[in-house]
Amino acid sequence: MSDLNQNTLTQIANLIKTKKISSLEVTKFFIENIEKAKKLNSFITTCFEKSLKDAKNFDKKKNYKGLLPGIPLAVKDLFCTKNIKTTAGSKILENFIPAYESSVTNNLWSEGAIILGKLNCDEFAMGSSNETSYFGNTINPIGKSLVPGGSSGGSASALAANLTPATIGTDTGGSIRQPASFTGTVGLKPTYGLCSRWGIVAFASSLDQAGPMTKNVEDCALLLEAMSGYDPKDSTSINKKKEQYSKNLKENVKGLKIGIPKEYRIDNMPKEIDNIWNKGIDILKKSGATIVNISLPHTNYALPTYYIVAPAEASSNLARYDGVKYGYRSKKGKNLIEMYENTRGEGFGREVKRRVLIGTYVLSSGYYDAYYLKAQKVRKLIKNDFDESFKKVDAILTPSTPSSAFKFGEKTNDPISMYLNDIFTVPVNLAGIPAISIPGGVDSRGYPMGLQLIAKALDEQTILNIALTMEKAINFKNSINRWWEN
Amino acid sequence: MEKDKFNYFIKTEKNNWEVIIGLEVHAQVVSDSKLFSGSSTKFGGKPNTQVSLVDSAFPGMLPVINEYCIEQAVKTGLGLNAKINLDSIFDRKNYFYADLPAGYQISQYKNPIVGEGEINLDMPYGSKKIGIERLHLEQDAGKSIHDLSPDNTYVDLNRSGVALMEIVSKPDLRSPEEVNSYVKKLRSIMRYLGTCDGNMQEGSLRADVNVSVRKKGETKFGTRCEIKNVNSIKFMEMAIDSEAKRQVELLESGRSIDQETRLFDTKKKETRSMRSKEEAHDYRYFPDPDLLPLKIEKSFVENLKKKLPELPDQKKDRYIKKFNLSPYEANVLVSEIDVSKFFEEVIKTADIKLAKNWIIVELFAILNEKNIEIKESPVSPKNLAILINQISSGNISGKIAKEVFEIMVKTGSPADKIIEEKGLKQQSNPEEIKKIVKKVIDKNSEKVSEYKLGKVKLFGFFIGEVMKISAGKANPKLVNEILKTELKK
Repeated sequence: MSDLNQNTLTQIANLIKTKKISSLEVTKFFIENIEKAKKLNSFITTCFEKSLKDAKNFDKKKNYKGLLPGIPLAVKDLFCTKNIKTTAGSKILENFIPAYESSVTNNLWSEGAIILGKLNCDEFAMGSSNETSYFGNTINPIGKSLVPGGSSGGSASALAANLTPATIGTDTGGSIRQPASFTGTVGLKPTYGLCSRWGIVAFASSLDQAGPMTKNVEDCALLLEAMSGYDPKDSTSINKKKEQYSKNLKENVKGLKIGIPKEYRIDNMPKEIDNIWNKGIDILKKSGATIVNISLPHTNYALPTYYIVAPAEASSNLARYDGVKYGYRSKKGKNLIEMYENTRGEGFGREVKRRVLIGTYVLSSGYYDAYYLKAQKVRKLIKNDFDESFKKVDAILTPSTPSSAFKFGEKTNDPISMYLNDIFTVPVNLAGIPAISIPGGVDSRGYPMGLQLIAKALDEQTILNIALTMEKAINFKNSINRWWEN
Repeated sequence: MEKDKFNYFIKTEKNNWEVIIGLEVHAQVVSDSKLFSGSSTKFGGKPNTQVSLVDSAFPGMLPVINEYCIEQAVKTGLGLNAKINLDSIFDRKNYFYADLPAGYQISQYKNPIVGEGEINLDMPYGSKKIGIERLHLEQDAGKSIHDLSPDNTYVDLNRSGVALMEIVSKPDLRSPEEVNSYVKKLRSIMRYLGTCDGNMQEGSLRADVNVSVRKKGETKFGTRCEIKNVNSIKFMEMAIDSEAKRQVELLESGRSIDQETRLFDTKKKETRSMRSKEEAHDYRYFPDPDLLPLKIEKSFVENLKKKLPELPDQKKDRYIKKFNLSPYEANVLVSEIDVSKFFEEVIKTADIKLAKNWIIVELFAILNEKNIEIKESPVSPKNLAILINQISSGNISGKIAKEVFEIMVKTGSPADKIIEEKGLKQQSNPEEIKKIVKKVIDKNSEKVSEYKLGKVKLFGFFIGEVMKISAGKANPKLVNEILKTELKK
């Protein structure tokens, strides 16, 4: 009998397909793991009754055609799930039960997967540490006092603790890649438009993108294949044939040109991050790739640009949470305006309010041109930087984050330093291109640190293949002793 | 005939004030489903029965543009001789209200789908061109119902997301009469195109009216006020007149106009302040990131242009040339597409001259009296044609025809049947008429002598007598001829 704590998603899928194990057995195993991991607080909602029922149904029907036959999966609580509470980590949606299923999760269930529950995340995906969730901090399995990153912190935590064989998150400015980096797992932010946004609670519409979070690159390719695809219900969805990332996955680096952007060597970056980056460069060289020094001159402007565009869109996207139609409504207030004020004042947390205020400000008449319009222009320049680079190189290698996982409370009173954690991930979202974070190694304290591979739009296969090669050479292993089970 | 002169000024002891008016017309697009969702747009449904997850702004819901609405907007643009913008952008207009589920309305701000165009008005003092600034597409909001309960406001989202065209005129209008003519012309064009049904009772057409005044002869515009959401042409006219007078009064007493948004109180027949410039919303417009910029192919526009129906101005020209109608008559017949359809149906089988007279005079009188549209006319085009043909063929006189027409209005029966049943057919047998004429001459020998002595006025008396005996059925032309011949004997 295999050890499901060691098996990857791909392996479990094969075990089920070859009838070595039933979906019910796998599902029961993960439910047990979840029940033993309450300390991590990675789940907001579990739905084990449904999980077990679905698993039994799968075992009865035994349809192995899907990419995820009978695989139990937990998903970030930003994906609307039919008849299962969907909170987006916010009090304002504390009791919201959608009557519909997001396109991406629907794709997973169509491929045979079974839902385990909904994973904790920063409120409306606004945060880099999972500390803005109304439902409490999620703990990084790497260490009791460590944040799992964010906003897909619950997803990363559950994955690293093996409470789900794989998971999905959303990435608006690094929300998949940064937690992956902090937990020693793999996370991919696809090309904007590759995965449908329909049914995902919106944060910043022009940046939001769902993506896979997995134990290794092979699983990443499999899950990306399962969740992606054109959706006519999303006007920004790309209308193209579904790629077979899994089948086309191969170690293939020879002859590829890999760009190293000089602007990513920032001041005060820990030496250890630099070392891991250099190690990655060496591996690529040895595998037959050519290293090319490149410049992405507008990198410095990416963070300020992001913190104008994202809050602007968010301030408008979150206007619908007004207590009128669904979700939380304050009992206080004498008239409509007061009801709005109290509902939103009580229903939203500090970080959400901060961003709604920033967004409202930058869109205000008199400030629009100076902030929002200028930010859109800079965004174009950032995209041009990447376009120019990809004329010369096939992919770009950078660190995923400027630090490893930090401690709870370390940055909560300093939003700027919190925002700086997204410095390497944000430009990719602004450019709408794909990037993957894979574990690059550990620092002196043993905390994982990620490396990021960036490709041009729709070139996910290239970075998956390079990542596969690097993964083998790096041979990273998370040393987690399941301390939370005691 | 000398043309009437334009003469709408607010006249005071000191000055003549010119009134400057610009209109923002909101026209509901004729389309089965909404602008960004598949919900029905049917009017009058039970509250909240035509609402999708998109219309009610549930989390994660996304808009998808309804291509038919794009087609309708482009068609309307073409009907207004306007520039079609192949690239346009949907923006979010942000504000909070209970009947605006998303907290923003999807509209078009800086890059509308249709640019500048113009409309031609036929005024008594000549034709006048009114500039169109732009036409853009936007979503309608839901409806707040405040009068169902003293403590609660109810919201009906059936209208939420329905496609509207906002058609903005240049400040080219100068009187309530011109506004009346402009709205009717605009409505007529859209009805010809089938892009807006123009039904003001159902709210398919409403307008925000911008009014300012300046002394006659001045070229600078005064400060304007916007009167929001006026939903009938009559109210627009009243609102303009009262608002212009209010502004003149203020200015003449040495005060100034505050730029503000006002409402027209239909009971008091005056406008009142709704919100000042300071209280004006900051809508924080920005391009909707859920929608890509709208790109239209040139061929798409060309195709629609080819399929465009004959529009009121073109039809009018054709009626004048082909049917020899006066500009006034042609205008009356083309201004409503249903009237022109009725007319064209009648003249398929009946005489044009009689047809236009019967429609403009008799039929319109009945429609007016009953306060109904020509679509609901109790006399069908086919039946009116039959009646006209009975006149043309000499079966009945014009006078009898009016009698028959009255019965037609009451019963809806065809003219020939009524004539047959009531025995109203005209007496056109010369021998029979001669008999009656002789009878009249024999009976009135004295008057005949007077006539022969020169009292020719008596001719009318003889005719009357003949008609009396024939119960009005004798063919007047024949009576005339025969009477003349017989009196000469």
